[in-house]
Amino acid sequence: MRQRTEFIQGNEACVHAALYAGLDFFAGYPITPSSEITEHMSAQLPRIGGRFLQMEDEISSLCSIIGASLTGHKVMTATSGPGFSLMQEALGFAVMTEIPCVIADVQRGGPSTGLPTHGSQGDVYQARWGTQGDHAIISLTASNHQDLFAMTVEAFNMAETFRTPVVLLLDEITAHMREPLTLPQEGEIPIIERLRTSVPEGVDYHPYLPREDGRLPMSDFGGKHRYNVTGLYHDMWGFPTTDPNVIHGLIHHLMDKIENHAHEITRYREYYLDDAHTVLISYGCSARTALHVVTSRRKRGEKLGLLELQSLWPFPAELVRAKCEHARYILVVEMNMGQVVHEVKKAVLDPERVYLANRVDGEFITPTDVRNIMRLIHGRGV
Amino acid sequence: MAIDQYLRKRFFPHIWCAGCGHGIVLNNMLRAVDQLQVNQNEMVMVSGIGCSSRISGYVDFHSLHTLHGRALAFATGVKMSQPNLTVICPMGDGDALAIGGNHFIHACRRNIDLTAIVMNNRIYGMTGGQFSPLSGTGISATTSPQKTIDREFDIISLSLASGATFVARTTAYHHKEITTYIKEALQHPGFSVVEILSQCPTHFGRRNQQGDATEMLQLYRQNTTSIGSEAKQKQPELIERGIFRQEIAPEYCAEYAELINRAQQS
Repeated sequence: MRQRTEFIQGNEACVHAALYAGLDFFAGYPITPSSEITEHMSAQLPRIGGRFLQMEDEISSLCSIIGASLTGHKVMTATSGPGFSLMQEALGFAVMTEIPCVIADVQRGGPSTGLPTHGSQGDVYQARWGTQGDHAIISLTASNHQDLFAMTVEAFNMAETFRTPVVLLLDEITAHMREPLTLPQEGEIPIIERLRTSVPEGVDYHPYLPREDGRLPMSDFGGKHRYNVTGLYHDMWGFPTTDPNVIHGLIHHLMDKIENHAHEITRYREYYLDDAHTVLISYGCSARTALHVVTSRRKRGEKLGLLELQSLWPFPAELVRAKCEHARYILVVEMNMGQVVHEVKKAVLDPERVYLANRVDGEFITPTDVRNIMRLIHGRGV
Repeated sequence: MAIDQYLRKRFFPHIWCAGCGHGIVLNNMLRAVDQLQVNQNEMVMVSGIGCSSRISGYVDFHSLHTLHGRALAFATGVKMSQPNLTVICPMGDGDALAIGGNHFIHACRRNIDLTAIVMNNRIYGMTGGQFSPLSGTGISATTSPQKTIDREFDIISLSLASGATFVARTTAYHHKEITTYIKEALQHPGFSVVEILSQCPTHFGRRNQQGDATEMLQLYRQNTTSIGSEAKQKQPELIERGIFRQEIAPEYCAEYAELINRAQQS
């Protein structure tokens, strides 16, 4: 069968991928630069018998998809930084109640209303720590449409596997850029469905009693098992509790079910790392620039390599440490005042060798920007 | 008739204070459900945060205890994704109309088939008796030691103006009306609002010289009357009880099903 290639925006690639992954319920609120996701969903979903809601704000968008996930649907919402801020309360609810959902945050310049139509990567820490309290989270990103497609499908797969919200951290540049996307054929990327309970009707089903492997089989609302779901600390029945032993067990379960599977979750690409003296670490749109620098320098015989991260949380610290072991220095390329760079410093053995190449004026970081930082590191001035 | 078949007895005793009106609401809500013979597997209760919202834990339905003010937003997702389910949303006055005010008016506007029960005790009980947007002026609360200057919402007018297609009000004293109106609301194919004045002797009555639970219930008898009654003509300050609107209009999930048909044909 001939593969279909489309010349489209990143936001459209995200919609194609979500539908490929089995999404059939989406709610959103208009916000630049993510609105195309919401618009395309409104057109596509009714055609497949799915449902689209334009809600009154980002708060209700996330709340409503959590409700729809509970009835057994694959769900998603899309937004940008200010809307993502409003979603933090419900994001914590989804973490606590372990309800699968995908949130696409198409990053723009912040803080506040900031730069609605310009690119940024300033929400890396918002994805990690935006909601209150200790918790674990999964966050994926991509630098090109083919990977964006794959990571979107992975986001759904991981949400269903780990019963957690997954934050898809896109950016204005990738989202609005047009480039070819070859649509994967059916079955080319595996699709994972949630684990459902095999407990028969009339037998006690404990919605929050993890199996030995830490997983919690679900039962759809409207199905044969009636149970309680609450954002309060809860026991195996899903009923609120203040029992210290139960609280201790639940918070550890919420952390461990993701942090202990960091290896399974880690996604990355690497270019020329085997003999690299200088390791660039980047992700999202910035990785395009970093790759350009590495490729052009390699042609001149310089030993540069690139580690492109596609999963940011849980942070792949062991991977970064291993890949940077022989590097003379490490340059993190990102469009913020330094977020992933702090995680890299924590991960490597010698944080003094880690530098930041960034750009925060709304313009896309260029190879010249990165080369200038490298000249400074080498003591050659700009 | 045994309403205890709808209760999760494992989770009792409940958290409400002695004399709280919310137990009367729960009792009569379950009588309505029982009279309608709704399959429990098709009943979903979605609540927010507050004393009233704890009601969802005690009923043997699918129950979702969510975030402060957000019950209707979660419920909209449940109903839209599975329109065959009957979804009932008990909320407090602060929950529904302060932090949840925006979700409330938009749920009314969509006319989605949810049943909103506003248990209005005019106070934030769980957090210790702060005034709410339903307290009205001249009320003593823990955040109004000099008495409130904030004017109150009228839930009925707000619901009517926002487009709810079933709107009713009663009190914890008029318990048979609770059953009747909730029964009507559950059967109504559209967004329904039932406001139930429910006494909080612990925080409201005690600070505002309304006495204990019995005296507060007596007050509901005295200061309310049926819609359009003679008493209302003579004493305009009386609060009206009854069904203010009951009309059929396009329901959101049904309209969306039509939209799917159109999209699939084109």
